[in-house]
Amino acid sequence: MIGLSHYLIVSALIFSIGLVGVLRRRNLLMLFFATEVMLNAVNIAFAAISHYYNDLTGQMFAFFVIAIAASEVAVGLGILIVLYKKQGSLDLDELTTMKG
Amino acid sequence: MYEQIAFYLFSVLTVTLFLITVMSKNVLYAMTSLAAGMVLISGFFFILGADFLGVVQLIVYVGAVMALYSFAMMFFDATRNIKEKSTHPALVFGLGGMSALVLVMMFAAPLYSEKIQAFYPMHPEAGNAQDVGIVLFTKYLIPFEVAAVMLLVAMIAGIILAGKKMDVSFTQDLSVDDEIMKQKDAK
Repeated sequence: MIGLSHYLIVSALIFSIGLVGVLRRRNLLMLFFATEVMLNAVNIAFAAISHYYNDLTGQMFAFFVIAIAASEVAVGLGILIVLYKKQGSLDLDELTTMKG
Repeated sequence: MYEQIAFYLFSVLTVTLFLITVMSKNVLYAMTSLAAGMVLISGFFFILGADFLGVVQLIVYVGAVMALYSFAMMFFDATRNIKEKSTHPALVFGLGGMSALVLVMMFAAPLYSEKIQAFYPMHPEAGNAQDVGIVLFTKYLIPFEVAAVMLLVAMIAGIILAGKKMDVSFTQDLSVDDEIMKQKDAK
């Protein structure tokens, strides 16, 4: 039988995949993808806890996480487009403009 | 039985697809596998009985967010492979895995206590969408309105940020544009 811990383990796996992506990626667009992966992992955990404790609060939090992710993508992509127009690249190593 | 088959299928497929997203050098491959993984995550929600959440995941994530990414891809050079120099890959994997494990244990440990009670219990006879609607518009009304204002702010910010200098093309060769403009002027 599938229990709560199964879902939490899958969620932890996906979350660590996203975290590894955030740590090793150097392209800003790919960093955004990795954050989406992490947000989705958290949503799985919320929905599973909501189901196994028979409580709707987890699903509510998942809805707000989705809303925040949507607005984050809108603003973030706007900033990325401005940055690309200005610098011609999305590489984090080339954006070190604050060297003293 | 079917629940187990579906769970293992979905989990293996999502983990593989998200690994492709994180490891791939091509932006298009990464985006496509991210979209497919999100579709399969909505499958998890349907197994868990959160029907409305699954539908919202399909519409908002797979519909809106991925469409936004693919539109933004037109501004960037998506066909070229990304060159990234990775420093100490083994260290990154070890640190990422360890910190994720610690985080999950930290937040999952209180779940296994027996003192948790349901604040807003589900009513299986009413259906998930009705339940969600009642709780969302009574107990979570203020966060809902704040989220609406936040989405409006994000929309305006996105339009203003991306709309600057829309008449200048940055992906094409600029000299080609100049020639086209000269031809138009000559006419």
